Order: sequence, then C-alpha cells, then structure tokens
Amino acid sequence: MKERELRGLIGKVKAGKLSRRGFVQAMMAVGIGAPAASQILLSSGVAMAQPASTYKPTKRGGGGPLKLLWWQGPTLLNPHFAVGTKDQDGSRLFYEPLAAWDPEGNLKPKLAAEIPTKENGGLSADGLTVTWKLKQGVTWHDGKPFTADDVVFNWEYAKDPATAAYTIASYQDVIVEKVDQYTVKVKFKKPTPFWADAFVGTRGMLIPKHLFADYIGAKSRDAPTNLKPVGTGPYMFKDFKPGDLVTGVMNPNYHQANKPYFDTVEMKGGGDAVSAARAVLQTGEFDFAWNLQVEDEILTRLEKGGKGRVSVTPGGNIEFLLLNTTDPWTEVDGERSSLKTKHPTLSDPEVRKALALLVDNKSIQDHIYGRTGPATRNFLYGPPRFDSKNNPIEFNVDKANDILEKAGWKKGADGIRAKDGKKLKFVYQTSINQPRQKTQAIIKQAAQKAGIDIELKSVTASVFFSSDVANPDTYTKFYTDLEMYTTTMGQPDPGTHMLQFVSTEAATKANKWQGRNITRWQSPEADKLYGETVAELDPVKRAASFIKLNDLAIQNQIVMGIVQRPTVSARNAKLNCNISGWDNNTSDLSDWFKDA
Amino acid sequence: MQVHRVSRQYVIRKLLIMIPSLLGISVVLFSLLALAPGDPFDELATNPAVPPEVRAALRAKFGLDDPVWMRYWHWLIALLQGDWGFSFVSRMDVSTLIMQRLPVTLIVIGASQILAIAIAIPVGVLAATRPYSLFDQVANTFAFIGFSLPTFFTGLVLILVFSIQLDWLPFVYRADIAATGWAFYWEHIKQSIMPVTVLGLFQGAALVRFVRSSVLDVIRLDYVTTARSKGIGERKVITRHVVRTALIPVVTLVALQMPIVFSGAIVTEQIFRVPGIGSLLISSMLANDTPVVMGVTFVSACLVVIFNLIADILYGWLDPRIAFR
Repeated sequence: MKERELRGLIGKVKAGKLSRRGFVQAMMAVGIGAPAASQILLSSGVAMAQPASTYKPTKRGGGGPLKLLWWQGPTLLNPHFAVGTKDQDGSRLFYEPLAAWDPEGNLKPKLAAEIPTKENGGLSADGLTVTWKLKQGVTWHDGKPFTADDVVFNWEYAKDPATAAYTIASYQDVIVEKVDQYTVKVKFKKPTPFWADAFVGTRGMLIPKHLFADYIGAKSRDAPTNLKPVGTGPYMFKDFKPGDLVTGVMNPNYHQANKPYFDTVEMKGGGDAVSAARAVLQTGEFDFAWNLQVEDEILTRLEKGGKGRVSVTPGGNIEFLLLNTTDPWTEVDGERSSLKTKHPTLSDPEVRKALALLVDNKSIQDHIYGRTGPATRNFLYGPPRFDSKNNPIEFNVDKANDILEKAGWKKGADGIRAKDGKKLKFVYQTSINQPRQKTQAIIKQAAQKAGIDIELKSVTASVFFSSDVANPDTYTKFYTDLEMYTTTMGQPDPGTHMLQFVSTEAATKANKWQGRNITRWQSPEADKLYGETVAELDPVKRAASFIKLNDLAIQNQIVMGIVQRPTVSARNAKLNCNISGWDNNTSDLSDWFKDA
Repeated sequence: MQVHRVSRQYVIRKLLIMIPSLLGISVVLFSLLALAPGDPFDELATNPAVPPEVRAALRAKFGLDDPVWMRYWHWLIALLQGDWGFSFVSRMDVSTLIMQRLPVTLIVIGASQILAIAIAIPVGVLAATRPYSLFDQVANTFAFIGFSLPTFFTGLVLILVFSIQLDWLPFVYRADIAATGWAFYWEHIKQSIMPVTVLGLFQGAALVRFVRSSVLDVIRLDYVTTARSKGIGERKVITRHVVRTALIPVVTLVALQMPIVFSGAIVTEQIFRVPGIGSLLISSMLANDTPVVMGVTFVSACLVVIFNLIADILYGWLDPRIAFR
C-alpha cells in the first residue's frame, strides 16, 4: 500500500467516513497487523480505542500470595541504578512510571492522567515539547502526595553524572519543567519523534523527592531508601535480601480501584532456569517464572504437568549474524578490522549473496529454538509496524554454488573455493552457549557443501560480551570474519537499535570499540536513511525509513537475522497477566489476578 | 599447670602464623580476581541505553581504574578497619550481604554435619565390630556409593522423587516463612530435609569408612583385650574403651573437613535455592561483583585456617600423648 493511499484512508477515518474497524480491516488486507494499524491511527491523531480491561476482581486484595520466581534475583531496588531486567522487574513491584508499554508497543497511562497526543495538546506540533498531565490524588507508600515536583526531581537526579544513574541517557538531553502541581513539560533541544522515553517504561520509574532529595549526586549510594523502596505501586515494600528475596504487601491506598488482587507478593531469586520452569509448570510451587532460556523441548515436556503454561511474548531482541566489512587479519595502526581496510573476500557481493543462501533459519528454528525463536531474516522486526515484508528466507545450497561458480570462485583440490589465490575460509565466532554452538554447526555444514570452509570459534560469554579493550575476543572488536549474538531492543522505537548501520557509529580503537556499528559498514545511503528517521516527526514516514534501512542492510548482507528472541515465561494455569516485550515483566503487575 | 602454659604458647604461636598465611591467601585471591576477565559494569557496555561516560564514572567511583597493588592496599586497610568493601552490584556493604546469608549456611551445614555424625558413628562402629559381616559389606557399599555420587546428582534425584513424583517436599528454599508457631518450624524443617540430607549423606559416607578403620585399629589393642579379660561386658568395652579412643582422630577429621563441607554447600545451595553464602558467591561471580567474591572467598579461607587451628588444638587436648611444641 502506497503512502498516499494510506493517508487517504486515515483522512477518511478522521472525517468519520470510515470506521476504525474498517480501517483496521483494510490494513490487514494488505498485511499490516491490527496493532500496527491502530498505532498508525494513533500517531495520525485518531484516538486509540483503549482495549477493554480484562480485569475481573471487584475488590482490592483477597487473592492470597503471589509467588514469583526469578532465577536471578534482584540485587538492588533503586530503579535508576537497575542494571539488568531483574533489578528493574524487582523495582517495578513498588515503583511506577508515568506510562507503560503494552504488549503491542502502545502506551498505557500509569501515573499520568492521559497519554499526551497532538489532539489533547500534550504533543507540540514542532516536536519540541511534551506535556504530561499527572494523575491526581496519588500518594507515596508513606502517605505523602505525588506531585510534579517528584517528576522534576527524578530528572535532576538521573541527569547528574555524579549520581551515576543507568537511566542517564533518557534524561541528560531534555529539560523538564513544572507547569503546575499536576503538569510537567519535557523540552527537547531538537524535534524528537520518539518522545516517550523519559518517565516511560523500564527507565521511567519515579522515586520520591522527599526521600532522595538529600542523596543526589555523589551521595547517591548512601540513600537508605535505595534498599527500602517507597513508591506509588500496587505493593508496599516489606523485606529485601539482595539476590534472594523481595517481599511486599498490598498497598491499601493504590490509585486504581479494586487493585491489586493479591495480598502479598514475593519474588524469589537464585537457582537455574530449568528448575524455575519446573517449579511453575510441574509442581505449582510458584505462580510465575521469568526469562526461561530453556530448550523448547524441555518446556513442552514440563508443560504436560498441567499446573501451568509457557507464554512467549514477542519483543525486538534478535539473534543475528554479522559479516565483517573490514579485514580482521590485517593490523593497521594497532587495530585489526580497521576502517582503513576492506575484507579480502567478503567485499565481493556475490560471496555475501551466496552466504545468505546458506543460512537455514527454518532448520535453526525447528531443531534448536522451537517456540522460543521464530525464524526471521530481518534485523528489525518489532513492533509489527516496523517489520519489513521484503526479506523472505531463502535457503538454497545449489543456488549458492551457482552464484560462486559464476563469480569465478572455483573449487580447489581440497574442495574449498578460491579466486586469485584467496580462499573462501572464514572464522565464525560467538559466545559459549549450547544453542549458539548448534546454530554454528548448521551454518558450517551448509557452507561446506558450497565450498566455503568455516572455522568455528566460541568465546566464554564473560569475555565475549566484555568491554575489555585489552582482549581481542570481544564482540565489539570483531576480529573474525563472521560473528553472531543477540542484540536487545529495550524500547518499541528502533532509534538506538538501528545505530548498527550508521557509519560514524563504527566500533574502532579511537572510540575504544564502543561504537554500535559492529560490522563497520560505511554506507552513505544508510546514513541518509537514518538521518531521515532522526528528524522526521511523521510516524508513518519515519517507520518507512526504518523499514528501508533494515532492507538495505539485509539485502546487502551486512547482517542477517537468524531468529527472534522473544521473552519466554511460565505462568500458573489460573494466573491472568499481560506481559509486554517492550516493558518489564512486572510492568502491569497491578492488573494481575487469578481465576477463582 | 605445666601443660596449660605450654599450650597457651602453642596457641599464640599458631595464631601468629595465621597472620602471614591469611595475608598470602588474600594476595593470591585478589590478584586472581584482578586478572580474571570481565568487570562488574560489563553489562552496561552491551546496553545501548547507557552511555559510556556513566560506565567510566562508575569505574572511577569504585576505584577500578587504579593499579592492582593500590586497589589491594585500599582493600587491606579497609578490612583492618572492619570494612569488607562495597558491592558494586547491590550497592551495599559486603559485610551486610554476607551476614544476611551466613546464618542460613551455618544452620544447613551444622544440621548436615550432625546428621553425618549421627549416621557415621553407629554405622562405622557396628561395621568395625563385625568386620566382613553382611552388615559391614552393605555399609561399605553404601558408603562408596555415597561419596562417589556428586551432590548435584543426588540433589536432583531427591527433587525428582520427593518433589515431583511424590509431591511431599518443596524444592525451593524460602528464608521467610509466613507461618508462625509450630507451622513455622515445620515448614522450615520440611524445606531443609532435602538439602541437609544431600550434604549429610555425602559427608556421612566418607566418615563411616573413617570411623570403621579407626575403630578397627583400636579394637585390636592390648588394653581392649585386658578390659575384656577383666570381665567387662562387650557393650561397655566398645562404648567406654574402644570408641572413646577411636574417635580422637575422627574429631580432627570433622574439623578438617569443614572447608570441604562449605564447598559442597555451594552446589547444594544453588540446586535448592538456599540463600546462603554459597549461592551469594555464585551470583556474585556471575555478576563480576569482585568485592563480594573477594569477601566470601576470604571468609572461607579464614574458616579453613581457623578450623585447621581448632583441629590442631583439639587433637592435642584429646590425646595427651601429643606434645605441644
């Protein structure tokens, strides 16, 4: 569907000539899913139909204990210091942001009275300010009122580099002003299409000013409330043993009627993923277990216990293959894979094309990941509105042989193809992790049939993912021809995710290999597309640029998607909970309940 | 009086020797940790949302950019002042973290040691009094099996049988039990049964064989024969004369084995999610939280040295033939 037609349809909806449902159906007919369609409407100024609440309990409490099992328990409970999801999930029992991301990548108000839109005056036309109206009558767990001062304080707290908050990136480039007791304004330096970052989702949880005001900056680590959270959330803090246990009790003054349902909540840590799945699916000792990186086969077997079921929540995390554009075997000015070099064989586009035909995503999904890793060729596939339909998965060894033959890569006596004395021999690295080693083997085997010799290398995860500048085996140094890992996408906006393809982001010695462009691809075309997304305020056009950027990278075989890595969790058969791949597992905890 | 004075000198000398050995251990531990790859803020590097400056600020704040010897010196000075360091990951004092976990470990290890002794002494003594009888052979076989099977294996077998098949016992250990009164104790006992059994049987199996051989050594001695010839009942000979003497080396062994029990507990704690220092050690290692790893390993090192000292002293105290020199 062309952009103009799309606009025509949106215009009709706005004018009342076409119903919302009619629009969504028209979009589905051309392959755009309902969530994506409703997002397009929302961003075009048509109010979103808030999904009817599925919350059934008619009174607060009475649900008994809610028992959560995180096989790595939270180690701290200040959301601004929360490193991994475990800490954020733990903090989220007590703290809330202004708005949370729902499973479709749409915003749901929490401490905000409403989601800012152009129509309600929340979003300025120039893309420079966002005005948040706060919910009134909300109190912190200690009874103090929640006001605009608290919101402004969180900005001051997080943006101060001396505080060393992990949330700093969301706050350092904005200015937050109090308009009145229940209104705050977020100002950007330049037009910002993705405005829902500060105060939203995983990095938007709000801490109370009256308890943290004295601990801003270098004193941040001394705040007693770091370990005894006082928030606005559905549960109030009771006890915390880092890495082991977090407990909370129902907040009798929670700001949403009839919520929460459970009387107490506990989040137990420790152990391993398989036994965590077992405790929910087989013995029913726990109600919910998080992040089950377990083979699907085992999960299916445990599910037969009948006490619970596995749920797979799509997000944006992608396991993908990277093809080096530079030469990893030549050292220039003290670094290999230098921007000043070109890869001796991978620089031939025909070789890349052939390699793309040798990646058998389907088999990798079927034999290794199952439900926990749907195959995809895209690097950017979520939320659905960014998922390109232009990159079908093709696995064809004969065709790969054909392409190489035509391009002049002839098989030698050893069965390995060569041209001008250069052999098609690659080193392919990843971290030590069983599914990854199996994936490596599948790709190596297929490559062998096409006369490409792949040497497999696996590096301990703690080294591979470290930022140790002295170690040659880190994924950012990329001192091999091919590599594979999962990159996470924490927000439903691809802005950071797509830095992977921006020339100036290339990981080099000069930036201590902290650039996000690991393949070091230098493409003016990609830079232009990314540039468009940075300034474009129209969400439809912006999504189109992101999709084009993804297609450009995939069709030039800079990277190749292998499988999606959705969030996998186990829940009790009676537990009702909405898990969002774009927010913390516990982001919607206030709405969790059990069927009677 | 004479003995007492000598032994005090002996203890003091032993205590003084402890200082350089603990210093040496701490140097080795510290340099090993400093050489190991990875740092606690690695997770930040792969997180696109955290700018490199924050990492740099944190590294500077926690002194990770200083040379190793300087960091060791700071650590040592702080330790002498009773400061065990500050956890990078939890942002709290290492000593608080360890003190939160230590009681559970001590209870589980203590209970399993008691179980081990309670099984090993009667079985070992009985087996020794009737060597090569059917009972002895059965006991020997089980002892072999017991200490050959690693704790992670027996732990999983117990979980499969008692939690999953029979559904009798919980396999997730919880330090906070909501119940009060008798129910509270009952719940605690119920969840401790499996970890304590796993550790206790493992220890007990090794002890059985030791008790047996020790009793066998003593039972052939002349003074036992004399006791018997005086007409003392067999039961009394065994309990009063044989076991008392035979247990002297066993006591030392139990003390010397304490460090091994601690390392066994690390695995068991992980399987049953017991919030002890073992699981703290594992999670800290996974998170590269070096101050906590250093704290826990140093505590275990101290325990090894202290239990060695206790074993030495106990041995001399129980067996007057050993001279303190």
